[in-house]
Amino acid sequence: MSSPAEAHRTIGAEDAEPSSSEAPGAALAIYLLLGFLFGIILIKAEIVSWFRIQEMFRLQSIHMYGIMGSGVATAALSVALLKRAGVTTLGGDPIRVTRKELGSGRRYVLGGLAFGAGWAMTGACPGPLLALIGYGVTSMIVVLAAALIGTWSYGLLRPRLPH
Amino acid sequence: MIETLSQPWPWYIAGPLIGLMVPLLLVAGNKLLGISSNFRHVCAAVLPSRANFFRYDWRGQGGWNLMFALGILLGGLFASLALSDGVPIQLASATRADLAELGISDFTGMVPAELFSWSEIFSLRGLILFGVGGFLIGFGTAYAGGCTSGHGIAGLAAFELPSLIAVISFFVGGLLTTHFLLPLIL
Repeated sequence: MSSPAEAHRTIGAEDAEPSSSEAPGAALAIYLLLGFLFGIILIKAEIVSWFRIQEMFRLQSIHMYGIMGSGVATAALSVALLKRAGVTTLGGDPIRVTRKELGSGRRYVLGGLAFGAGWAMTGACPGPLLALIGYGVTSMIVVLAAALIGTWSYGLLRPRLPH
Repeated sequence: MIETLSQPWPWYIAGPLIGLMVPLLLVAGNKLLGISSNFRHVCAAVLPSRANFFRYDWRGQGGWNLMFALGILLGGLFASLALSDGVPIQLASATRADLAELGISDFTGMVPAELFSWSEIFSLRGLILFGVGGFLIGFGTAYAGGCTSGHGIAGLAAFELPSLIAVISFFVGGLLTTHFLLPLIL
């Protein structure tokens, strides 16, 4: 299913941005700081809590839905405002959001179902997994190791999976 | 100030703060919020493989993302050291009752100690929760090209149809697992 050219193109949707020139040291420190803040939010909003995820999947509280809804609205609104105001990146490039490729859509359904099952079992998605380990729930290191094996397995099986 | 920050943050504060990560990362360098790509970067860096999926410039493409991930870990550490109030989560009573029925009695901490302590790992249940659960997180996010951050926040905010399909599938998978699989496992 995947030609070499396509293999190069369909990398994870999250990292599809072309790498642009950036000053290594100072620029990387910004991402460390933003991650630090993100980690604190994940803990203090209890998004990392196995119990909260159960509450969400049992439709028994607005908490997680409120976070996702207001998060998406804030992100959409602020990006629209940035674009309208003509704000550039710190490096002076215009703001651009890389589009994701739909393809047949099957990868989003099948991959999504698999991830959703793992999310409900462990109560953690990738960000919270890291925050939990930092928070001191060290057994999550085992879940992280299993996740790495999962991604590695996907990489090996990818040519045979429907996308 | 610290006292206020140490209490659990309500959704209407936390949600917008998470949403702001998207414009901040764009301004920082046209980066799209996302975490799960780091699994791929780490695989490309340390696990030997000839698969095309892992043959790319992980430092150039993923360097920022790995720093972001390290930041999340340190943020979690900081929250436990400086912003912890030690009060158990105010869980919905219906959830508490449902989980009690599944045999969970310890509601302190972020994860139930009965399921996720180190001593549980080598039980069959632990093997499924830690091993299969973790595997599915890594496999599913790589296959779907994103997780709750990349698709759920950044993707939906950009009105991406792929992200909408992915997020709906996340929830279908999670709902089915919670209501049909977990009762068998726990």
